[in-house]
Amino acid sequence: MRCEQAMPSRYDFTVNGRAVGVAVEGEETPLLNVLRNALGLMGTRFGCGLEQCGCCMVLIDGEPAKSCARQIWSVAGKAVTTIEGIGTPDAPHPLQQAFIEEQAGQCGYCLSGILITAKALLDRNASPSRSEIAQALDDNLCRCGTHNRILRAVAKAAVRLREGAGR
Amino acid sequence: MTAPALPGALVNNPRLDRWVAFPAPGKVAIATGKVEIGQGVLTAMAQVAAEELGVAVERIAIASGDTDLTPNEGFTSGSQSMQFGGVALRHACAEVRALFLREAARVLGCDAATLAVRDGGIFRNGAPTGHDYWSLAGAVSLAQDATADALLKPTSNYTIVGRNSVRLDLPAKVFGQPAFIHDMVRDGMAHARVVRQPGRGATLESVDEAAIRRAAKGSIEFVKVGNFLAIVGREETAVDAAAVAAPNHVVWRGVEPRSPLQQEASWLLQQPSIDRTIGVPEPPASGRGRRRHEATYSKAHLAHASIAPSCALAEFCDGHLTVWTHAQGVYPLRTAIAQMLRLDPAAVSVRHLQGAGCYGHNGADDAAADAAVIATQLPGTPIRVRWRREEEFAFEPMAPAMVVKVGAVLDEAGRPVDWTAEIWSGTHSARPGSGNLLAAEALPDPPPVPQPSDPPEAGGGGATRNGDPLYDIPAKRIVHHLVPETPVRTSALRGLGAMPNVFAIECFLDELAQRAGQDPVQFRLAQLSDPRARRVIERVAAMAGWTPGLPAGTGRGRGIGFARYKNRAAYAAVVVELDVDETVHLRQVWCAADAGLVINPDGAINQLEGGIIQSASWVLKEQVRIDTAGVSSLDWETYPILRFSEVPEISIELLPSHGDAPLGVGEATAGPAAAAIGNAVSHALGARIRDLPLTRERIMATLLAQ
Repeated sequence: MRCEQAMPSRYDFTVNGRAVGVAVEGEETPLLNVLRNALGLMGTRFGCGLEQCGCCMVLIDGEPAKSCARQIWSVAGKAVTTIEGIGTPDAPHPLQQAFIEEQAGQCGYCLSGILITAKALLDRNASPSRSEIAQALDDNLCRCGTHNRILRAVAKAAVRLREGAGR
Repeated sequence: MTAPALPGALVNNPRLDRWVAFPAPGKVAIATGKVEIGQGVLTAMAQVAAEELGVAVERIAIASGDTDLTPNEGFTSGSQSMQFGGVALRHACAEVRALFLREAARVLGCDAATLAVRDGGIFRNGAPTGHDYWSLAGAVSLAQDATADALLKPTSNYTIVGRNSVRLDLPAKVFGQPAFIHDMVRDGMAHARVVRQPGRGATLESVDEAAIRRAAKGSIEFVKVGNFLAIVGREETAVDAAAVAAPNHVVWRGVEPRSPLQQEASWLLQQPSIDRTIGVPEPPASGRGRRRHEATYSKAHLAHASIAPSCALAEFCDGHLTVWTHAQGVYPLRTAIAQMLRLDPAAVSVRHLQGAGCYGHNGADDAAADAAVIATQLPGTPIRVRWRREEEFAFEPMAPAMVVKVGAVLDEAGRPVDWTAEIWSGTHSARPGSGNLLAAEALPDPPPVPQPSDPPEAGGGGATRNGDPLYDIPAKRIVHHLVPETPVRTSALRGLGAMPNVFAIECFLDELAQRAGQDPVQFRLAQLSDPRARRVIERVAAMAGWTPGLPAGTGRGRGIGFARYKNRAAYAAVVVELDVDETVHLRQVWCAADAGLVINPDGAINQLEGGIIQSASWVLKEQVRIDTAGVSSLDWETYPILRFSEVPEISIELLPSHGDAPLGVGEATAGPAAAAIGNAVSHALGARIRDLPLTRERIMATLLAQ
């Protein structure tokens, strides 16, 4: 039988290349809550908590995963990458650069998750077609209707990455 | 230069120092009562201020939506921010510039007409004078009222307004920085969730606190005031777990059951209503002997379905309540919260922070009221309320279902000479200010049920918005049936009645064109004398390569839709090409718009395109589901929206403007896009579907009936 109030347990993993150990009361605590509330990484957004909208997308060992219902115990020993880990204003990822150039945002709430999904796509497919990008992003919802700008931005980033790799 | 009359927002907030300040060398502080709701308004406001003051955009910092700091400009809604708020800011800045030039002229002993401002520096006949806004700031008092005497910079001299400007708020969102109210943390903050009263009048019979505590698996406490019940704790995970479990451990009495029949718009036709007629009286029955056509269109309740559920923070310290919200109107919300808690409005500060796009009156105000109630129960503890996804879908105000019956008497050429639109709808406006906060209904002594009302025609109307066609029809009227009791709380969604009304009008015109054996584009132009309206229709037809006489019923369809939003904001015409098998596949969309003076063209195009895509989602997919327990579409699977792979390519052209009045764009395309899709589906099927959404079930039924 499970205790009503579990003793805090410690889980070790890496976030954006940095080793972290967090003590949480329940092994079922969502990774999203750990990122936002324990580690102060607010870039990964809460959208639904039901694994349906993609706002909370992160990379776990390089694979895109929704963090809102991902229990913390299952992340132990793994490498988590969040939006904060893919680029910064001083050293933007080509995707972030392209999203700004294409002004690919309205409210912008969905963008963290979309950028993460797009990165996972470009990591495995260097020259996706428009429909391949759209398919990859189908798990991410955008309500403002910025889809076409986002598709253009991802395609543009793919070109930049290919050019960079070819040099 | 032209001497302007004073815009309304400046009449209401005349003091210039409410709008503009020079806080430090090289810096300009601008305040606006309008708020960023994802539409890029603060970027556009910065452009307006920079242009009129004559400073670089980078020098400007904007404060927005703060009852302690910014002008009261009511709500950020109705595509009015630039058309009204932007114009007010422009006038304020023009007057500030004039005051500084006057002071510089006095100091220099010259005529102010010889002076000009360049990036904040004051120049005389093109040479620097050594004076600037900041050096003169001590000598020029802005603690004075705007006068309407200042001359506006002529738009022909513009170098900032009318050019693309990058969104100031976008980098923070692309780099995952704290950008939203959801990301705000206060020292000692507690998380809270409300166990929602199922409906007005329901009473809390019992709460099994022990069972809820077990489900929390962490430390929580309860806040209970009347029928208002909240769970509060330091650990969000525990509070969430408790909130998920709570409905199973709480007993309510007096819950009014709902019926699945209420999810259909046709339910409205059987309800009592408050009726009125706008326009010319009904023609005598003898006039009906001529040819007549009539058709009835409808749409279901829609959710705002913001991508993030609503969130708010509140803190009650030393008798002063501070509330952080993503609501559209901080001043009206302050009034409503003060009323609810019986506080002096001066003891309440309301501050806007960005949320996800809201597209109207979603749960933002209610979440703020929740946080305010809890904070006053726990003085000194900052309270963060974040609604659950299911809570947002179930309890946010919905866009009302609507039925629009259009009837017309036709002349020999088949053109309408007498037009009646009969509209059934719940209210489109239940914003706070008149007792419309959910939490208030659960507190002891709840406010009376608000008197049902709809925005007045002077404000663009609610259910009647765009119900009056812009076409040259000699006699027109609207019969408005306001249905006071609806199965869900209803309020404003992007464009209010405009989408269903334009859908009805423009589909009806296609039906008339078909009866007359005419091309839909030509049929429209033949009865539309407004030159700006004609221009967007002609342009979109050219963009789309519109050719008359394409056969109907082939599975591929083309359709057009047009409207001038509110008959006084931006003009937009949309052509859609699509395929229909069992469902609709959008292929390509073209749009031509005339938005008058456009501040940020790229931002305007972004808004026009967003309106098209959101409208496509409404029209093809969306309907709030209701069962006996209330709203049953509680997640993204039961309330699906358009996804990336379903979005068509869209070409948009902004036509060059005449004159210098900005016309609101944010809501201009939803109606035309909906109508264009409706007409294209009809063209593809060779049969008309008049009820939204255009689901697989409706398409199959139409195909089977053929």
